[in-house]
Amino acid sequence: MENTKTNYSRRAFLRSSALAGGGLMISFSALAKFSPADKGIDVPDQWYELTGYIKITPDNIIKIYNPNPEFGQNVMTSLPMIVAEELDIDWSKVIVEMGPHDNVKLGPQFTGGSNSVRMYWKPLREAGAAARNMLMQAAAQSWNVPVEELTTKAGMIYHEKSGKSGTYGSFASKAAGLAIPKGIKLKDVKTFTIARSSKKNVEGSKIVSGKPLFGLDYKHEGMQIAMIHHPPAFGMKLKSFDASETLKMPGIKDVFNLKLYDDGYEQAGFDTRTFNDLLVVVGRSTWEVINARRKLIVQWETISETKETVNGFGGKQVVTIPAGLESTETQIQKMQERAKEPAKVLRKDGDPETAFKNAALVIERTYTAPFLAHNCMEPLNFFAHVTDDKALVVGNHQAPGWIEPTLSKVLGLPPDKIEIQMTRMGGGFGQRAYGHAVTEAALISKKIKAPVKLIYTREDDMTYGIHRPMYTATYRAALDANKNLVAFHVKGGGLPEHPIHANRFPAGTVDNYLAEGWELPTNITIGAFRAPRSNFNAAAEQSFLDEVAEAMGKDPIDLRLELLKRGKENPVGKNNEYDADRYAGVLKLVKEKSGWGKPENKKYNRGVAAYFCHNSYAAHVVDMVKKDGQPYVERVFSAMDCGIVVNPDAATNMVQGAVVDGIGNAFYGGLMHKDGVPVQNNFNRYRMIRIHEAPKKIEVHFVQNDIDPTGLGEPPFPPVFGAVANALYKTEGKRFYQQPFKNPQVNNNRNA
Amino acid sequence: MITLNINKKTYNVDVDPETPLLWVLRDVINLVGTKYGCGVAQCGACVVHLNGEAVRSCVTKVSRAVGQKVVTIEGLSENNDHPLQKAWLEVDVAQCGYCQSGQIMSAAVLLRENKNPTDKDIDAAMAGNLCRCGTYLRIRDAIKLAADIQRKG
Repeated sequence: MENTKTNYSRRAFLRSSALAGGGLMISFSALAKFSPADKGIDVPDQWYELTGYIKITPDNIIKIYNPNPEFGQNVMTSLPMIVAEELDIDWSKVIVEMGPHDNVKLGPQFTGGSNSVRMYWKPLREAGAAARNMLMQAAAQSWNVPVEELTTKAGMIYHEKSGKSGTYGSFASKAAGLAIPKGIKLKDVKTFTIARSSKKNVEGSKIVSGKPLFGLDYKHEGMQIAMIHHPPAFGMKLKSFDASETLKMPGIKDVFNLKLYDDGYEQAGFDTRTFNDLLVVVGRSTWEVINARRKLIVQWETISETKETVNGFGGKQVVTIPAGLESTETQIQKMQERAKEPAKVLRKDGDPETAFKNAALVIERTYTAPFLAHNCMEPLNFFAHVTDDKALVVGNHQAPGWIEPTLSKVLGLPPDKIEIQMTRMGGGFGQRAYGHAVTEAALISKKIKAPVKLIYTREDDMTYGIHRPMYTATYRAALDANKNLVAFHVKGGGLPEHPIHANRFPAGTVDNYLAEGWELPTNITIGAFRAPRSNFNAAAEQSFLDEVAEAMGKDPIDLRLELLKRGKENPVGKNNEYDADRYAGVLKLVKEKSGWGKPENKKYNRGVAAYFCHNSYAAHVVDMVKKDGQPYVERVFSAMDCGIVVNPDAATNMVQGAVVDGIGNAFYGGLMHKDGVPVQNNFNRYRMIRIHEAPKKIEVHFVQNDIDPTGLGEPPFPPVFGAVANALYKTEGKRFYQQPFKNPQVNNNRNA
Repeated sequence: MITLNINKKTYNVDVDPETPLLWVLRDVINLVGTKYGCGVAQCGACVVHLNGEAVRSCVTKVSRAVGQKVVTIEGLSENNDHPLQKAWLEVDVAQCGYCQSGQIMSAAVLLRENKNPTDKDIDAAMAGNLCRCGTYLRIRDAIKLAADIQRKG
């Protein structure tokens, strides 16, 4: 345990907590991820705390806490860089640690919605600037000089007139006793030297040497291993079981069933559950539990229709979970029938009905996409140790602050008796925003009165729910006799939610516009998947626009730029979500960087797409060729506008990854059902993109501006699908409307 | 009791000989750098070296490792200084990082057999390792950089 000194009480902190994340850390329960010893520094036993994010020793060792869960978006590096920038220290000497879960001290601590850098940008700059100011005040007092005469550089304070200088560490004790100042002037972003320049992943050396970083790696004395034996199909539940053979297997401690939520439990928005009656096997080791679970003799039965009360961000609603064993064919059929019925109008501009009636040409196309599994490389797992009066849970979760109230309710413990420690996540993509694995682990621990690690096998992880919904959308465009686009209509639906973002491009650029949505219930549990809804919309809308441009005889980039010009100069309707200039900006940048229209690129089948989501703008040009008779994306040019880029090389990595992910899901991704059973249950059946299918080159360009940062994890992903679809048209000579484009196993040979 | 030689150390473990090496490494010996990803030899997160050859430890019975030399990511180098580890850091390959120890272990066999691998060689050798984050381009770059480092000694 570290010894942290501070003169402040928690009460005092709370008074000054207008500075988001300011405050004190009385104790630090460490995962001990970045001990100073790793950097060859003797472990100091005395830390002084300056705001909740920063600790300094008298020897000038500086530690910064990353507040937000890390799932590969590199916040462990980029968020501390923001603090270090304003604090003015030597980045190479900083120790970075994952912060504890404490939403009062460390802000929202939520990874999702491409929000990490966006929401922490200002609080972290303020924290760094405030701490620097406290150190300068302490120095000014010690030297008896005006604070205005002091300067800092790389962890040192200087008083030029007297020639005095000292380390931050030498003033840390005094500074820790000062009030946290508010309203300190922040640096000019143009002068940044740490942020906006590429820094290596602070956990890199641990990753390449196999150190325990992930939830699955976490160990605890006396820890048991648990697995849940779930129904083989959606729409089924546990009827009865015989565990006699299982209990005879070596290493097995217990088999029991328990309820995830009590009857009438009001679910929070991220409390998604797939199966409420859990059949649990507990034992000594993972392999023994895997084996013993196979020996269970279980009777399953079909469910009846149920209603669940969900009190999420959108308010309280009752959700119907229908009975039945769903199959992909019947899902498609149900959706096709529903699509013919009237839908809810989400936005209407002008008089689209008349415009379509009077059109010289109407183009109508229908797009579909299947359920997807997240397939994080680290299957779901969580550690829990619940006793009568407290709970410790450790693992990989995107939003500890969302799961805490749920744990409090189901365990009957006050929130301050629940400690959540965040490990690195082996991927998230939305899956780990949901709390069921945490809650399940906690309930199992409570039941067996022992520390336990709940482990999902790959099959459990892939088939147990929280999938990207199944979507469809029909797009219509009306052209007049002069081939002008006069009306645009989208009607989209899905199981169990529609995908439509009604106020996004091309809304605002067409006089007559109609967006509609419909929804059908399903018992397949769904959840957020990298760029929810956008990940379907961008594919459908951006390949539809390509077809419209062709019908109009226009270059696809030119058509978009013309529409955006209209959207800027004379926007149609209200509530247009996007900035037409920034949207056009990424198109212009990708046009230039890809050499769009240049003869030397003629050998490629080129597809372009652009999209706006999570407050950022993305455009891609995809260059496709045939390799071994199959379409292959050889090169990609990407243009991004996410405002200021904190860590450019890491940001480039993320965009490259999103492009690869997009190509893979566009070509191959899909989870089918047969009588409620997921057809794909491991990587031998669920096709994922592999290295030989990845492009040779992905060139990423960022629009250079000084706008506060917006999202980056999600925005580059959705338009990849559209660009791939458009390049595929050039390659194969026909349009592809059903995702995945090149996986006949999923798509019933419709595209093959 | 089964006797194993892992990373030049001897371990005596009391496990069913049918147990996959992966779970012996992770659960019994506490070497957790070798990852569980699929359990069916499809993702490569669990690759270790058995007498220098890459094997999927998730489908390799521990009995098969008896009398053999097992090397895991923890034993790939003394000081985290294998050319691949250096190159992985230089290129900053990882996103979530979960698959990377398996990637490196697969790449290590390639690099031993082929001092100057082309993209095509790399694609062929690494096609058994999944990366959900999509870091494949950087994996190629890092392997080529490691080959450079190896050549220059």
